[in-house]
Amino acid sequence: MMTELPKLKIAEARDALRKGELTSAELTEACLNAIEGAGALNAFVHKTPQIAQEQAAAADDRLKAGGAPDLCGIPLGIKDLFCTKGVASQAASRILEGFRPEYESTVTRQLFDAGAVMLGKLNMDEFAMGSSNETSTYGNAVNPWKVDDRQLTPGGSSGGSAAAVAADLCLGATGTDTGGSIRQPAAFTGITGIKPTYGRCSRWGIVAFASSLDQAGPMAKDVRDAAILLRAMCGHDPMDSTSADLAVPDFEAMLTGDIKGKTIGIPREYRMDGMPDEIDALWTRGREMLQDAGAKIVDISLPHTKYALPAYYVIAPAEASSNLARYDGVRYGHRAKLSQGDGIVEMYEKTRAEGFGEEVKRRVMVGTYVLSAGFYDAYYNRARKVRTLIKKDFEDAFDAGIDAILTPATPSAAFGLGEMTEADPVAMYLNDVFTVTVNLAGLPGISVPAGLDKQGLPLGLQLIGRPWDEGDLLNTAYALERSAGFVAKPSKWW
Amino acid sequence: MSIDIETAARVAKLARIRVDEDDLPQLAHAFNDILGFIEQLNEVDVEGVEPMVSVTPMRLKRRADGVTDGNMADRILSNAPDAREGFFAVPKVVE
Repeated sequence: MMTELPKLKIAEARDALRKGELTSAELTEACLNAIEGAGALNAFVHKTPQIAQEQAAAADDRLKAGGAPDLCGIPLGIKDLFCTKGVASQAASRILEGFRPEYESTVTRQLFDAGAVMLGKLNMDEFAMGSSNETSTYGNAVNPWKVDDRQLTPGGSSGGSAAAVAADLCLGATGTDTGGSIRQPAAFTGITGIKPTYGRCSRWGIVAFASSLDQAGPMAKDVRDAAILLRAMCGHDPMDSTSADLAVPDFEAMLTGDIKGKTIGIPREYRMDGMPDEIDALWTRGREMLQDAGAKIVDISLPHTKYALPAYYVIAPAEASSNLARYDGVRYGHRAKLSQGDGIVEMYEKTRAEGFGEEVKRRVMVGTYVLSAGFYDAYYNRARKVRTLIKKDFEDAFDAGIDAILTPATPSAAFGLGEMTEADPVAMYLNDVFTVTVNLAGLPGISVPAGLDKQGLPLGLQLIGRPWDEGDLLNTAYALERSAGFVAKPSKWW
Repeated sequence: MSIDIETAARVAKLARIRVDEDDLPQLAHAFNDILGFIEQLNEVDVEGVEPMVSVTPMRLKRRADGVTDGNMADRILSNAPDAREGFFAVPKVVE
């Protein structure tokens, strides 16, 4: 029984907790045990069993009193990018070693206010820069899916979140997504992840990477759980000036599975050269599934798709170079040991050289370059203009009556850890080719597991929705999930 | 546009990241890979297109210009690598 509890979905646990069939203390203990036994996945990098037990006890009291919110007593994992009061929050970077925030991020505060239980902090790529969780100062997170001797990446940057949810170490997790960091790892691990519309979740207290693109979102075992989590994470926050002052609907109540009369667009530009046949076949199956469920399928064009990734690799590093300027060894985190006679500039340079990993340094410097005098117009302003065009592509599609857009989530299944080490950085960036457009346009996007490839690894499909229409998007995803009937789980080897 | 070693060193300096001399050629090479990829943007006709400022059309909220927080020097200094007498301490800035 104990080993089965962490396999519960949030909705199942919620109902069992209310019927008194289960206590949060039991569920939490079972998750903590599962985490103890899963060191090989390196998903949880700061465990918080004491906080979890206290929160679980409080949740049990609250459940007994009645009227507790959906997430009351539900054990979750929190991506290391979220500042959690008094608990190490270091964005998987050496430069934030020892940092214990004096404050709580808005998203985690909302989750804990709703009674959720924090099991610990989850591995990720350093400052969310990466697509394989290989840039983390904690070492690689490992995908619970395995088909041969190789250890596979869980994707990135929310690799620890994906691995933890897929391996049933927790019932759900928080992620963040700047160019695909929720949706790509969700696809690589056979789980569901949604990046909401830019502005839905407060960014306050989430370590900033590229502020105009960053959004938090849930990573969960199915669409219903994603809907439950998302509702608790969203909402207006005066502490984030880009947070939308809009009502948050009951997303779960919108899951009817009825998509009759909806129009789904299939963008021809997402059929990339050299795309594996299996991805193409899965995409076609997804199209058929939505059609069988009553949707109308229309071929559409998003003409600037090809330029999304290069525009992203100007805008995101530019914003990162500015955001990461704060890590200077003065106010928090790591400070390099200085030599006799070193002044403040040496302190900055040595601290940042020691504290940042290679990929982060590279992006900060690329960002510095594209913002530097003489190049600002050629690179940064041009990229922002292209971004306007990419957003307009989507607006044109929605104006023409498209309700949602179906694409593959990733150009491949999970690859082996270390397999991309020798490749140039751009090869890794291509992982985000289908997801990054959504961040540039500020739209909601969801990755739904839809099948296995011939090796037996999960593949995901992505649905992209209208801004602020996560409810409708989740419902379309729910219909797709029901048709796809994906129930495969990784076999336990860890 | 090709980045030479001198430019790589200048960018590292601007970014306040120390890079060993020996590592500069490799860094310049990585920059060139990335910038080569970015060059594709030159194919796009952006004539008359406004650069995006905000991805969601929203007006930033205003608030009263008043003090809303404060009196927490200890908490602010609690994570400092070096703090003395209520201040962040750094190496000598002015000779």
